[in-house]
Amino acid sequence: MSQVQKSMSLANPAPPFTDLIQKIASAVGGVGLLFMVIALSGAGAIQNSVWLYSALGLIMVGTVVYSWRAYMTKPEGIKNNGVWFASLSSKGLWGWVLGIVLTGFYVVLYWFPQYLGLGGEDAANTGLVAFFDPLSRVLSGNPASQWFVYGTLYTVAILSFGIKFILKYRHNKYQVIRTISVMFFQLGFAFLIPEIMQKLQYPYYSFTNMWPLNYYFFYDWNLTTLLGAGNVGLFMLLFGLAMIFIISPTLTYFYGKRWYCSWVCGCGGLAETAGDPFRHLSDKSLKAWKIERWMIHGVLVFVTLMTVAVIYSYYTGDRNVLITKPIAIGLIVLLGAFVIAIVQANKKEINLSKDKLSMLISGIVGVIILLAIIAYFTGNFVIDGGLLRSWYGFAIGSAFSGVVGVGFYPLMGSRVWCRFGCPMAALLGLQQKFFSRFRITTNGGQCISCGNCSTYCEMGIDVRAYAQKGQNIVRASCVGCGICAAVCPRGVLKLENGSVDLHNKTTELKAIHIAEGDIRIL
Amino acid sequence: MHIAIIGNGISGVTAARFIRKLSDHRITIISTETDHFFSRTALMYIYMGHMRYQDTKPYEDWFWEKNRIDLKRGYVEQVDTAGKKLIFKEGDSLSYDKLILATGSTPNKFGWPGQDLKRVNGLYSYQDLEAMEQYSEGLKKAVIVGGGLIGLEMAEMFHSRHIPVTILVRENSYWNGVMPPEESAMINREIIRNHIDLQLGEELSEIVDNGKGEACAVITKSGQRIECGYVGLTAGVHPNIKFLENSDIETKRGILVDAHLQTNISDIYAIGDCCEQRQPKPGRRGIEAIWYTGRMMGETVAYNICGKPVAYNPGIWFNSAKFLDIEYQVYGNVQARQPEEHQSIYWEHPEGNKSIRINYDKKQNQVVGFNLMGVRFRHEVCEKWIKEKTHIETVLKDLGLANFDPEFYAKHEQEVLNIYNKQQGKNLAVKEERSWNKVFAFLKS
Repeated sequence: MSQVQKSMSLANPAPPFTDLIQKIASAVGGVGLLFMVIALSGAGAIQNSVWLYSALGLIMVGTVVYSWRAYMTKPEGIKNNGVWFASLSSKGLWGWVLGIVLTGFYVVLYWFPQYLGLGGEDAANTGLVAFFDPLSRVLSGNPASQWFVYGTLYTVAILSFGIKFILKYRHNKYQVIRTISVMFFQLGFAFLIPEIMQKLQYPYYSFTNMWPLNYYFFYDWNLTTLLGAGNVGLFMLLFGLAMIFIISPTLTYFYGKRWYCSWVCGCGGLAETAGDPFRHLSDKSLKAWKIERWMIHGVLVFVTLMTVAVIYSYYTGDRNVLITKPIAIGLIVLLGAFVIAIVQANKKEINLSKDKLSMLISGIVGVIILLAIIAYFTGNFVIDGGLLRSWYGFAIGSAFSGVVGVGFYPLMGSRVWCRFGCPMAALLGLQQKFFSRFRITTNGGQCISCGNCSTYCEMGIDVRAYAQKGQNIVRASCVGCGICAAVCPRGVLKLENGSVDLHNKTTELKAIHIAEGDIRIL
Repeated sequence: MHIAIIGNGISGVTAARFIRKLSDHRITIISTETDHFFSRTALMYIYMGHMRYQDTKPYEDWFWEKNRIDLKRGYVEQVDTAGKKLIFKEGDSLSYDKLILATGSTPNKFGWPGQDLKRVNGLYSYQDLEAMEQYSEGLKKAVIVGGGLIGLEMAEMFHSRHIPVTILVRENSYWNGVMPPEESAMINREIIRNHIDLQLGEELSEIVDNGKGEACAVITKSGQRIECGYVGLTAGVHPNIKFLENSDIETKRGILVDAHLQTNISDIYAIGDCCEQRQPKPGRRGIEAIWYTGRMMGETVAYNICGKPVAYNPGIWFNSAKFLDIEYQVYGNVQARQPEEHQSIYWEHPEGNKSIRINYDKKQNQVVGFNLMGVRFRHEVCEKWIKEKTHIETVLKDLGLANFDPEFYAKHEQEVLNIYNKQQGKNLAVKEERSWNKVFAFLKS
């Protein structure tokens, strides 16, 4: 079968199985969106709170009623019929249309907010931004910004599609609880609390958004704001640091990065709810995995460098970081000692696999060589912190996480940002791989290599490659959404935490014997 | 040395992979079905739109060249055992030093009138799927003949596209030749709950020709006529060995093999669905057309060919399936009609869609088998208990070790134990909770 077909069907295998109620529900949601389009066009007649709340309400009601009819009229279970036939979810015409619309929306949002009606210094908001003013005034006391419009729509999407997801997976308690969690953290911690804090004259602060995802945490303006806001500001600063250095590593040790990526994080929240219809579009090839590792760790290095430069300039007041020869040599010695320490520790207890160890060491040695070359040839060199910062904000903060991250849902799956770009995911991933109790366990020899797990992995992990060998899955990128375990028709996968085999999580304890313990299937 | 493998299913491919791990022999896999290995068990998901064909391939297409496994499309018409040569329908031929036959199964047909009409098909190969797809256009009704796993898969496939289905099952309850009565009844309910027309105790008599060589209806033994545009024949399978009729390779229902999977001709081996054990292990059948046994035979034959003789030993029986939305797993000895010396502990969820059955030997009080519906159990834990002839009370008290359900799922261990308590007038309590650390310690013990 050399032909690669999207659907080999001659007939339309996915006739519109929508009933009358679903059609009405779609229309109701559509009317809600229409209000926003009318507001965007500048019609003053609907610029008041009744229209705004109606619009938001209609969108939510439409989505929920539609999904209720889609799932509650059928027995509970896996609902993937026709996923690869529907145009929207299989990169068909509607998929491309949605991709282009979303991408366009993000471009306008980030770089041309005036077209959404954002007012200037003295000018009042108009259009869509003004449409959201009433809600913004209730929450923060200020008129809306384009970010408030975005945050509201984002939250509405997570709530509506979260309910849809819960109905779809109502037989699976892990999925239900996890989805309630992302809805809760989005509504409370990412949306309402930061807005209300502003009303109470405190700095805008989202407790669940930590460095390095929150890349501006160490920016001078943020540090100045927090330090200038009394005890509350100080608490926010300390909490942010505790998140990075204590809370997050501890939770990741116990539960893997899923505690954040698929239970708390807003980016993950949108991917898991609104992005769910597109999760199978992630690329599972080995090539994609190779690209992913370079990209995501590259971003992590980028954000770390940028942050170091930013903190340096905060203290020195100079945006340029000067690296003198002695500093470079010091760094080389430090990194060299680190490599020796790892090799020694590994001999004794850590027992990293050869692959992992050589990966880790070659990475560090690469940096050492780079530093040595620069130090040898140039002596002193300068890192322009300001430049790094503005490039990071543009390329990663806006273009990657927003435009590509969500805009490409219908084309590359729902976790493009989380998989290829998020430095938080990279950091938690390293910890998950090397120092966490979390893994996905494979159930002995029960795998039938069907491919449902790999297909529905939003992170593009080829889960089947491990499962069919009877091997546990320990991958830095796994966000622990649990869908592989849910769609498995043979009960082969389980998300588990355990400390006894912390450094040997993939050892083939299991495997499928063929002769009384002599030979095992690899 | 050149090793030719006929068949690129799970058996043949596993054999090839292990031969490559163990040696540098030249390997050629021959298939008439597809260019690359795909998971046969996933065919249904292609039709239902869960996956595309390429998603069912367990290895990416570069895998074969990288591992120096040659792939050849072609239909072997004749095996020249004396000249060690395969002769293809296409006219060419291929020499081998050792040959592995892994040709799989073909659906049973029992001489029904009309069984070879168009719009009548089994579900085994990729071509069967294509036929199903081709005739699904405008299809108003399908009839499926046979009450086995594939019959229900086929029903689920049509059902996913809202095509009304009738299943004719000869027995008076679905799959009751394999499943104990309670589990069989649960599947009946599940089928009916999904609005699939389940006709128990009903058999096919003939398939009616519409005058154009296509099926247009079936007539059952009871005289019922059901109009339909597709007839699925899923009354079991048999080894696909017709091409060996004129060879001197000894066959019965399947290709006869010894404990080392060798046929009567040296250097020719047979594995998977197509082979028949001359002396099956106690309690096992000569032909086991199962994914898992095919995989084990593939590995075993690789060792035998690469100079490390090892007898085929499939170990403790296990299998799994999914009946619409109910998952099924079995470990060890669970039979439809319980032998005298066995006793069952059977727990069923009040909603009737989950059950746990644990069988044990009444005299020895040793656990012998697990049958799970809608509940997942750990393979290695169940296997270890059975292998070590563990006392039933130990098993029941530690049942948490076996549970493999996702986190936060309801626990039923004590309810299962209470059934035993009631039977025996005892008052035991569950000891081990669900925890990977404890499972790990148990498996290492």
